[in-house]
Amino acid sequence: MLSLHPAKKLSFNRSISNGDLVIVYERHDIMKAVTVCEGSVLQNRFGVFKHSDWIGKPFGSKVFSCKGGFVYLLAPTPELWTLVLNHRTQILYIADISFVIMYLEIVPGCVVLESGTGSGSLTSSLARAVAPSGHVYTFDFHEQRAASARADFERTGLSSLVTVQVRDIQGEGFPDDLTGMADSVFLDLPQPWLAIPAAAKVLRHDGTLCSFSPCIEQVQRTCETLRTRFTDTRTFEVLLRTYEVREEKMQSLCGDSNGSVPSKRKQCSGGSYVLGSSPSTSSVMARPCGEARGHTGYLTFARVKSLS
Amino acid sequence: MCESSSSRVTWEGCSVLLDINDGDRLVFARLSPAAKLKIGNKNCSLQPLIGCPFGTVFQVDGPFLSPAQVNGNNAEEVRDGQVSVESRDKVNNDNNPEEVRDGRANVDSRDNRALVDNNTAQSLTGEDIEAMRRQGAGGNEIIEALIANSATFEKKTSFSQEKYRLKKQKKYAPKVLMRRPVARSICEAYFKKYPSKIGFLRVDTLSLLLSMGNVSSNSDILVVDMVGGLLTGAVAERLGGTGFVCNSYIGQAPYSMDIVRIFNLSDEICKRIVRSPISDLLSQKESPEQTLQPDDACNVESQSNDQISASTSMEDISHSSENGISDLGAENTEPAKEVWKAPKAGERAQKEIIDLWKENGFSSLIIAAPELDTWTLVRDILPLLADSAPFAIYHQYLQPLATCMHNLQLEKMAIGLQITEPWLREYQVLPSRTHPCMQMSSFGGYILSGTKICSTE
Repeated sequence: MLSLHPAKKLSFNRSISNGDLVIVYERHDIMKAVTVCEGSVLQNRFGVFKHSDWIGKPFGSKVFSCKGGFVYLLAPTPELWTLVLNHRTQILYIADISFVIMYLEIVPGCVVLESGTGSGSLTSSLARAVAPSGHVYTFDFHEQRAASARADFERTGLSSLVTVQVRDIQGEGFPDDLTGMADSVFLDLPQPWLAIPAAAKVLRHDGTLCSFSPCIEQVQRTCETLRTRFTDTRTFEVLLRTYEVREEKMQSLCGDSNGSVPSKRKQCSGGSYVLGSSPSTSSVMARPCGEARGHTGYLTFARVKSLS
Repeated sequence: MCESSSSRVTWEGCSVLLDINDGDRLVFARLSPAAKLKIGNKNCSLQPLIGCPFGTVFQVDGPFLSPAQVNGNNAEEVRDGQVSVESRDKVNNDNNPEEVRDGRANVDSRDNRALVDNNTAQSLTGEDIEAMRRQGAGGNEIIEALIANSATFEKKTSFSQEKYRLKKQKKYAPKVLMRRPVARSICEAYFKKYPSKIGFLRVDTLSLLLSMGNVSSNSDILVVDMVGGLLTGAVAERLGGTGFVCNSYIGQAPYSMDIVRIFNLSDEICKRIVRSPISDLLSQKESPEQTLQPDDACNVESQSNDQISASTSMEDISHSSENGISDLGAENTEPAKEVWKAPKAGERAQKEIIDLWKENGFSSLIIAAPELDTWTLVRDILPLLADSAPFAIYHQYLQPLATCMHNLQLEKMAIGLQITEPWLREYQVLPSRTHPCMQMSSFGGYILSGTKICSTE
């Protein structure tokens, strides 16, 4: 997913090779992550695709099945990964993720602590933001989810940037060897107020914290706890609206006001005369999509108080 | 960025964001022993700020700024006072039902039924206050005296008392919070004070552009930035000294990049901000005629740089002369002593690296160009991307993006096309006083995003 070697820049038109992870794009809401394996096939409603046919083609290619159907093969990014990953938990989406990274002021070289790992949606974006010299330490108290996340990071090539540990942050706090090391802490926990004293301990001077909570009562308890060791507490909600675009034809109004208008209309409705038809124009129109995600969660940001 | 990241302590020559009285006024200043900032009617030297950690709060102390005494209660009180302004509005709007519902102790259930605005509550006169000031009384002493001499203060609700105290604090004991200039704080400050300079680009919209553009280390990002350099600086900050930001422009005169200088980017990061006319990126031939063109462009560019410096100086002067008006942008009230280095960011892109980009393509494309026709621009420069590269286009109006999206679909140049509009709401969270902020930015612009595909059909 990320290119950690300057010589292998992302900008190179890379070809697909055996073992690569590709995003198979059928439609904007149907995508799948596939690891290319010579000898394997992908089967979907457009037919059967041989992986061996993909090897050597550039990312972004349109590939055809034996039936003539086609899909596109895209290079993976954290945004596409968020849309295709297996949901082992509820996940964060791009609006919250991008706002979190901006507000926590995460740049290359930062050390970020995250709990819980969940499905690893945010973790991928955090890893991209801190690369190549930073690191993400992510904690989950669920053994199996932690193992699945570790496997996912191997698959997406993020292992060198992410360390997954099994630990109950609410009960135990963060590991002692991380004291004073973190630039940012992100909490997605049911009781984040229990983890805030531990977060204050690991954060360095001017470090930033974010807590994600769906319910306002969680936010209230979190903000109450933040008062003692944190400042600049702010709570936000970010939502996205998407738009549909299409070309629409519009019937123009007839300018004739004489008595022949009714007869013209009759002729048009009959469909048997061409002379009576009115000219039409078309325009590109946009309207909001009918469905939108109405609530994800509240994002509470704070900064460690200066001890000076 | 290396320097500020490792220590987060200010140094001489660095840029800082000064937040005066919790957002009432936002000033970007460059720290030097001679730099001064006018607060109220006092010119305060910025020298005491050098060497202090970011996040320090200062108070006006005669002609100096001194670190505020560490008084947690005070800080908390002021913060409560700040948000209680909104709470007070809430109470007014509801005719005090919130207080009644609280069922709190008698002191909290007081209301304003007996309060009359007859202008006789304060027994201290203006002359008395001036006399106190001449005797050397500090701002906090004046505030306490005003409270002691107010006949109605004790009858106010606790929210109202905090609001009163905060109002006096802003006047008699202004405080200055020193923050690091990063993409978030710079975007927020400009959006609050001068939104048109950044094309009405809100901070959540900027964060989406960076995510949808997949800005990450070792990427080469093609940028069309007509928002003062904010986008270029934000991308460079995310690249962290790896990869390149190619700030491209139509014609031969680059667009303004003034805001990049506020970022405190390290030399390594600045070297990776380069500029190029779009015509250079699109050209195919390597005719000898091209050897002449770069020289002309260099001359135009140097003139442009001079103009940028001149306009910056004029901006500073006008800010200095505007007494009391909120100012934003690098401030130095002694223009004669401005000795800034020429901007290191924005060198002309080398021919070899342009050839490399032509061969391999850019990692992604981000456009924030409200004054250009979106579709013709995208049609020309989208082929410069590598295959399967993401792109994101910002505009404050929907129609140009709708037309562009429609045309990209017809031409089969991209997939995964989507127009999104972010919505951002902030909340006040206090015990028994939690509600959305009553004022919010209602509009953050639109983004068209997608992925470029192979055109080998």
